[in-house]
Amino acid sequence: MTHPYIPNAESGVRAEMLAAIGASSVEDFYADIPAELRLARPLDLPAPLTAEHDLVRHMKGLLDRVTDTEQALSFLGHGCYPHHVPAVCDEVNARSEFLTAYAGEPYEDHGRFQALFEYVSMMGELLEMDVVNVPTYDGFQAAGTALRMACRYTERSKVLLSAAVSADKMSKLRDFLAPDIEIVLAPVGEGGEITVEAFDDSYAAIYLETPNVYGVVETRGRELADLAHAHGALLVVGADPISLGVLAPPASYRADIACGDIQSLGMHQSHGGGHAGYIATQDHEPLVAEFPSRLFGIAPTKVPGEYGFGDVYYDRTSFAHREEGKEWVGTAAALWGITAGVYLALMGPQGIRDLGETILARTRYAMDALAASVTVLHRDAIHFREFAIEVPSSAALLDGLRERGIYGGVALDDRTVLVCVTERHSIADIDLLAAAVQETL
Amino acid sequence: MNTTESFGELPVTPKPPLRRFHQARWDEPIIFELSAPGRRGIAVPEPGAPRVELPDSVSRAQPPKLPEMSQLHVLRHYLRLSQENLGVDLNIDVGQGTCTMKYSPKVNDRFAAAIAELHPLQHEDTVQGVLEIYWRLERMLGEISGMARVSLQPGSGSAAIYANIAMIRAYHAARGEARRDQVITTMFSHPSNAACAKTAGYEVITLMPDAEGLPDIEALRAAVGPRTAALMITNPEDTGIFNPRIREFVDLVHAAGGLACYDQANANGILGITRARDAGFDLCHFNLHKTFSTPHACGGPAAGACGVSEDLAPFLPGPVVAFDGESYRLETPPASIGKVRPFLGVTPNIVRAYAWIMALGAEGLRQVAETAVLNNNYLMHKILQIPGASAPWDRRRVEQVRYSWQELSEQTGVHSEEIGVRAADFGVHYWTSHHPYVVPEPFTLEPTESYSKEDLDEYALILAHVAEEARRDPEFVKGAPYNQTVHKIDMTPLDDPKEWAPTWRAYVRKHLS
Repeated sequence: MTHPYIPNAESGVRAEMLAAIGASSVEDFYADIPAELRLARPLDLPAPLTAEHDLVRHMKGLLDRVTDTEQALSFLGHGCYPHHVPAVCDEVNARSEFLTAYAGEPYEDHGRFQALFEYVSMMGELLEMDVVNVPTYDGFQAAGTALRMACRYTERSKVLLSAAVSADKMSKLRDFLAPDIEIVLAPVGEGGEITVEAFDDSYAAIYLETPNVYGVVETRGRELADLAHAHGALLVVGADPISLGVLAPPASYRADIACGDIQSLGMHQSHGGGHAGYIATQDHEPLVAEFPSRLFGIAPTKVPGEYGFGDVYYDRTSFAHREEGKEWVGTAAALWGITAGVYLALMGPQGIRDLGETILARTRYAMDALAASVTVLHRDAIHFREFAIEVPSSAALLDGLRERGIYGGVALDDRTVLVCVTERHSIADIDLLAAAVQETL
Repeated sequence: MNTTESFGELPVTPKPPLRRFHQARWDEPIIFELSAPGRRGIAVPEPGAPRVELPDSVSRAQPPKLPEMSQLHVLRHYLRLSQENLGVDLNIDVGQGTCTMKYSPKVNDRFAAAIAELHPLQHEDTVQGVLEIYWRLERMLGEISGMARVSLQPGSGSAAIYANIAMIRAYHAARGEARRDQVITTMFSHPSNAACAKTAGYEVITLMPDAEGLPDIEALRAAVGPRTAALMITNPEDTGIFNPRIREFVDLVHAAGGLACYDQANANGILGITRARDAGFDLCHFNLHKTFSTPHACGGPAAGACGVSEDLAPFLPGPVVAFDGESYRLETPPASIGKVRPFLGVTPNIVRAYAWIMALGAEGLRQVAETAVLNNNYLMHKILQIPGASAPWDRRRVEQVRYSWQELSEQTGVHSEEIGVRAADFGVHYWTSHHPYVVPEPFTLEPTESYSKEDLDEYALILAHVAEEARRDPEFVKGAPYNQTVHKIDMTPLDDPKEWAPTWRAYVRKHLS
């Protein structure tokens, strides 16, 4: 049977093509594969579901065996956030022309180049920085690369890393920065912010996140930038862009590199599949030279006034110079960049500010509501979207809440639970959580 | 026939020999130019709780200069840009060799959308169906590659290459062999093999092709030794040539104490025919967006898979999915290199790839491979009839071919890149090759199984037409494009720090103020 995905599997056309080539069978083309490397049996795979209806039924059988965050009331965050995704974001990123395109040239794929240029440009406005990359894989990779960029730029091999970073991201950074970069941890102070006890000229960078893993907004960015700069080091700041309608962008307190994840800008949670990383700097050539990822720029065409696009400083990349390029570049997460651009254009300056204010207010409301029954950590700090609570048993609390149809948060350890509140959580949702926590304890 | 912009003069009957095409041109402004004060595209919920006052040290001083637009106008802008873009669904996308452009079944996008509201840290009991998909896909890819275990965590093929090199590093370190500081690769393996190894701290040795187009085995013999950590090799390489001595390569590396790592980005033509483990490889990776049909999405989100032998399994990135006969659980391998990506990977693409394999089964995968190879050899037969086109090395090809326009270029002065721009005027994409151009004036075509004989005939006809144009009027070809959204771009400012503009704010500062 000719499979619906394979037009030339039909026997008549196969015979016609073989005759045109002058080959007796497809086997002729495989003659370079030695017999001892040939698989002498069919692959052991389930029987095919060739009919689309049968496939749909099978997949539905599997996908119905989940309970998602719309069926349950979810306060899960910790790097993947339940923000509202405007329908227009879904409409644009589902378009065939974007979804199925790949590496077209600036002519036939003008739309992709412009959409990505606009994404980096809107991120540039949000971040107040002039250079933003076409998305890398995720915020983990962005942080790792930003720190490697700082080390290459300063020609040093030691970084001071805030300990208020998620364990998973720390795991990635340890693997990625090995074997040549030493990580020193800066402890978290009582207020939930980074504390720097010692710093000297051997460091390439200070890295901190804001909001950090506890949802705490770091308030001493300027001081830390001054400290880093006084020692010839860089300040690298991981910032969630969705907070920057209300929070100061890292550039405003003189951070040298900003980085992070854009999942919050119009991507669904998708079981952790909606991540993409950004890296941004000012337009300083030696630092721009350290980006491994693609940078798209605007360029003139032979028609005055017309905008064309292309790769900025392509010679940096491994596409151009293999191992002599910076790190590597490959397929990463470009469509999420286009989608984030749609999100930022929909929000505009007022929307992104309103959103930030709603999240700040509801986070504080939730902290106050839960403080009636549990200890809220770092309660005097400014929190954006997340906060940590201390409970007798994380597992017992979360199990109890789950029995009530609530995903109450993420256990950071046996006694600490991280609770996430966004614009999607109404005041009634938060009150429900507070009441359920009280009942469960 | 010079196809210029004046379509009105072309005959309707009989039909012209080539498809008339013009890419959409909307003269669409940069989005900031569409902004008008006070407009907005979406409203967000009111706080419903007291506002939080921020101190100056953390408060944003000036609102970001984002565009202010109503919803329809945002949508219209992006739909116009989407029209100014080609994807697999619109063109005969055989011109991006090495990238395996194929049809991504629409039904699979629905499955991906079905998990939109799942959070990756939900309790395992609430995501059993998705964990089962992981578990089943890991085993399917294990069967396809012959490997013992598979991780689906990496975010792309290159990320999987990096995860493999990180496992290689951890493996040697665990055995007290950290002195192994060299990785051997080949010139026609993807640049990421060399670049990932370098990023992971290795010295890179690159084998060049011998007179037959195979990686030089004598050069390998000279390179292997006590410093060899691994061989990272693609087979078939990006030339489309399958190396029949691949087992010898693996054995040489093993004899020196190194590991053999198989880049299977070009696996599409060998599915069900030959397997990485059967050739002795210790690790391999797949690009789910290439071989297993998840959409390429303008360059991602992608997804990668790492397959490893029993010996390497303890080092896999965690977590992986375990099954006790009743339920699916996450577990972290004992000597795991840790996380290479947040959470469990690009789950929507895991779901799509699983559905694609389920739709095809063993027989279907073999049909995919055989048809991709047939299509490639048929297209090669057509391309080699075009005067000025050649395929270096008189060897068989599997699923793609790296061709050369060297002869045409010498005769006309027209370069491969210019031929590609002109080919786009007929509604198809064409790519030269990765740098450096070891094959002069290269172009790499990979038809895959998705395209019909008529598609391949049309693509070959377009290239034949452009080659003929190059002989008749080289300046005309060099002046292309004529039917695109924009005209010929002056790329020189993109390499000049004083001129380049990687964002609109940089452009305004440098060129408009």
